[in-house]
Amino acid sequence: MGARLRWRKFVSNFMLTLTGICAVVSVAVLFFILGYLLFNGGTSINWDFFTKLPKPVGETGGGMANAIVGSAKLLAAASLFGVPIGFFGGIYLAEFSGSKTAGVVRYAADLLNGVPSIVIGIFAFSIVVRPFKTFSTLAGAFALGLMMIPITLRSTEEFLNAVPKMLREGAMALGASKWKTIATVIVPAAYRGILTAILLALARVAGEAAPLLFTAFGNRYWSQGWNQPTAALPEMIYRYAGSPYEDWHRQAWAAGLVLLGFILIINILARTILARGISMPRS
Amino acid sequence: MQGAGPISGSRSFLSKLREGDEIARLITFIFAASVVLITISLVYELWIGSALPRHKFGLHFFVSQDWDPVMDQYGALPFIYGTLVTSAVALLLAIPLGIGASIFLAELAPPRISDTLQFFIDLLAAVPSVIYGLLGIFIIVPLIRNVIYPALNKPFGFLPIFKGPSYGVGFLTAGIVLAIMVIPYIISVSREVLLSVPRDQREAALALGSTRWESTWKVVVPFAKTGIMGSIFLALARALGETMAVTMVVGNSPKIAASLFAPGYSIAAVIANDFTEATGELQTQAYIELGLVLFLLTFILNGLARILIIVTTQKGSKVSN
Amino acid sequence: MKRTAVLLMAVLVASGVVWAQGLLINGAGASFPYPIYSKWFDVYHQKNGNMQFNYQSVGSGAGIKQVTEGTVDFGASDGPMNDEQLKAYQDKRGSEILHFPTVLGAAVPTYNVPGVSATLNFTPEALAGIFLGKITKWNDPAITGPNQGVNLPGNEIVVVHRSDGSGTTYIWTDYLSKVSDEWKSKVNKATSVNWPVGLGGKGSEGVTALIKQTPNSIGYVELIYAAQNNIPYGTVKNAAGTFVKADLKSVSEAAAGAAKDMPEDFRVSITNAPGKTAYPISSFTWLLIPSKIQDNAKRDAIKGFLTWMLADGQTYAEQLSYAKLPKEVIEKEKKAIAKVQ
Repeated sequence: MGARLRWRKFVSNFMLTLTGICAVVSVAVLFFILGYLLFNGGTSINWDFFTKLPKPVGETGGGMANAIVGSAKLLAAASLFGVPIGFFGGIYLAEFSGSKTAGVVRYAADLLNGVPSIVIGIFAFSIVVRPFKTFSTLAGAFALGLMMIPITLRSTEEFLNAVPKMLREGAMALGASKWKTIATVIVPAAYRGILTAILLALARVAGEAAPLLFTAFGNRYWSQGWNQPTAALPEMIYRYAGSPYEDWHRQAWAAGLVLLGFILIINILARTILARGISMPRS
Repeated sequence: MQGAGPISGSRSFLSKLREGDEIARLITFIFAASVVLITISLVYELWIGSALPRHKFGLHFFVSQDWDPVMDQYGALPFIYGTLVTSAVALLLAIPLGIGASIFLAELAPPRISDTLQFFIDLLAAVPSVIYGLLGIFIIVPLIRNVIYPALNKPFGFLPIFKGPSYGVGFLTAGIVLAIMVIPYIISVSREVLLSVPRDQREAALALGSTRWESTWKVVVPFAKTGIMGSIFLALARALGETMAVTMVVGNSPKIAASLFAPGYSIAAVIANDFTEATGELQTQAYIELGLVLFLLTFILNGLARILIIVTTQKGSKVSN
Repeated sequence: MKRTAVLLMAVLVASGVVWAQGLLINGAGASFPYPIYSKWFDVYHQKNGNMQFNYQSVGSGAGIKQVTEGTVDFGASDGPMNDEQLKAYQDKRGSEILHFPTVLGAAVPTYNVPGVSATLNFTPEALAGIFLGKITKWNDPAITGPNQGVNLPGNEIVVVHRSDGSGTTYIWTDYLSKVSDEWKSKVNKATSVNWPVGLGGKGSEGVTALIKQTPNSIGYVELIYAAQNNIPYGTVKNAAGTFVKADLKSVSEAAAGAAKDMPEDFRVSITNAPGKTAYPISSFTWLLIPSKIQDNAKRDAIKGFLTWMLADGQTYAEQLSYAKLPKEVIEKEKKAIAKVQ
């Protein structure tokens, strides 16, 4: 009996250590990625990278200033499109709708969320690029905005629903109309969670390249206005990584570092906001 | 915020309220409805946009290997095959690692460590596909060519899956990159469902004399089994739709091959590479049909995943009552 | 909330300010001439600060598609549009699409064989056999035959081709179709074919990258890509029986015959050209310009560029290893510019 028990204990310790190793390995991958990017990208980041335009093929130097601005424009426009739809839609679900409509809307949002980003690109191409006969920042923003909608919608609904009943009832008791209650009491109470969701949605689409292939298309120069093709960081990384030029590889690493840095910072920011706010509702 | 109703003093207080609320309701309804509208039009576009090849090839589209733009013949089998193989390899690698890690996080690690590690795992999920592709090209491809291929092909080269020359890129490379990408999904969802297993399950097992591992593996995990399945479906759905990382390392060759070291293609990768240059309606629509196929696959998997996860977490809360 | 709104406004205004800065003309297509086009557009932009030609190297196939759809202002291809594609353009846009040759280039067989830095000689049969997947090892007699002094290993050949629709593919398969009946019947020529074997790289850039990184590989790219990246490329036996390496002279010679008989629409194939030292896998590459351009500013800008390209532009070609256009062709094109309205 003793031997069998010892064996079982040994197996137990062994397997549990193994699971620990799995966890450590999984987390280590993240640090490895970060480290590798830092090492290869860090040495390539210089002032030029942020301020100069790409140089002609085969020539060294130049930077990705237009891609950085392009990504910023795309994200700004995508948020302007996707966030209000998600936000107000979420308000509708939490405050106004019956359960059947809510079910339909939620289902649609979950469906949209699961669509692979390349398919979203096809959709944006048919709806925006074809009719307007041009690749554009708008088309790219449309595609990215679509991807932001489901996260924003579901999170807004969730966090609004999480606001304690007593706040609502208090406001109603004071004679406030429903929309006033929502605007001045409920939304402010839930704002942390909603903001977190918006930030996370932003971080998610910031790195997407697939939907941009058929919409924003890429640009070696500054993209003017909103109706012209534009460069974006993820798309530049894709292009440069697949090229034979050492200099372009260097720049791809740098761009990867900048992009990942941006995404990670937003993620950390979002989660810290959420963690701090979970405590109590504002009085 | 909008929704301001007309502010005329002659109206009664109640109707003023109602007007403002009605407008607010209407406006938010429009936004919510637009979500449904967008989703419907997306599916509609995919369906209508693929009419030509659907009518011309029907089911043949799924079984023919011949993707020939010159002859205008389109058979999607190589892409479906590649998508399935790379995803299968990814899951084979990710499931043991992911479930193992989630067991550690849910059962063993003290809450603070568990939360911190989960935080990092969530960050891993946020890394964009192109960056995985970048790392795939410069780290994994040489690794395959210089380390993994010699290690597997020399001793086991007679097996069909390890046969043939190595290109560096190929099914295995793409599978490895995908595995890294989907591990976070398996971990975070499995951890959730494991945590939702009621305490008394574990305690009962331990009270009966089982070791930590036995209570985990023989009691807790089976209890959460459906949810863990759900996490795997979710991971699969993600792997199927991955575009950038795959196209950068899979070899872009529309061929079916048994060897894991052979170059291949996936649905998402071929759409990304070829869509903008498809000439002629039939060819363009063939790519849209591929998009439709991908959409349906991920749709079904996501749906199943959610059902499985909900069932498990509900089971947990029911039992503990 | 207010501060973010103000910030957002500022960004929108700033982007609008950039708006005011001049004309952007979008083009897309062949990666074959991308190095010279990107140089030209850069130089032209230096000279005419208010004009920017944004050219995306996405492959000839995409270039043809996009210019037909009207999503770009001009296209570029090294495979001339076939009659079907011309008709499709006509049907879709109600006017013609014009071909303007820009430079002459060469598709070269480039390879990465460990231990081999010499220039290999390839016969048409060897090339066809390799790309058909029938010749699988580097020490196959078809390859070792003309390379007697070189120690070729018995490694498996890794074929690399284009994964995207490519004019370079058109040139390569056009040549193979002319020299190999088996190729012609099995695969034929097009910008996108059903390759019997091989890895797919995206763009000439992707193929070059794959060859650089993959031992025992062979592929086809435009000359400058091999030269700029210091990868060896071989000679090809031409119709006259000489093994010729691609360079300015041999490419120009390939075009010499065609120059005199250039058709009105400039669509011509010069692969496997006669001539003792002509390089057999040479080709013109074309800009695809719509004959009707609505926007006056864009039209004038494009015509201006074409005129410059035929004069000063040609001086940049040779330093990037592209051959200049023959004089007769330039004269004909100058007249053809008037067709753009």
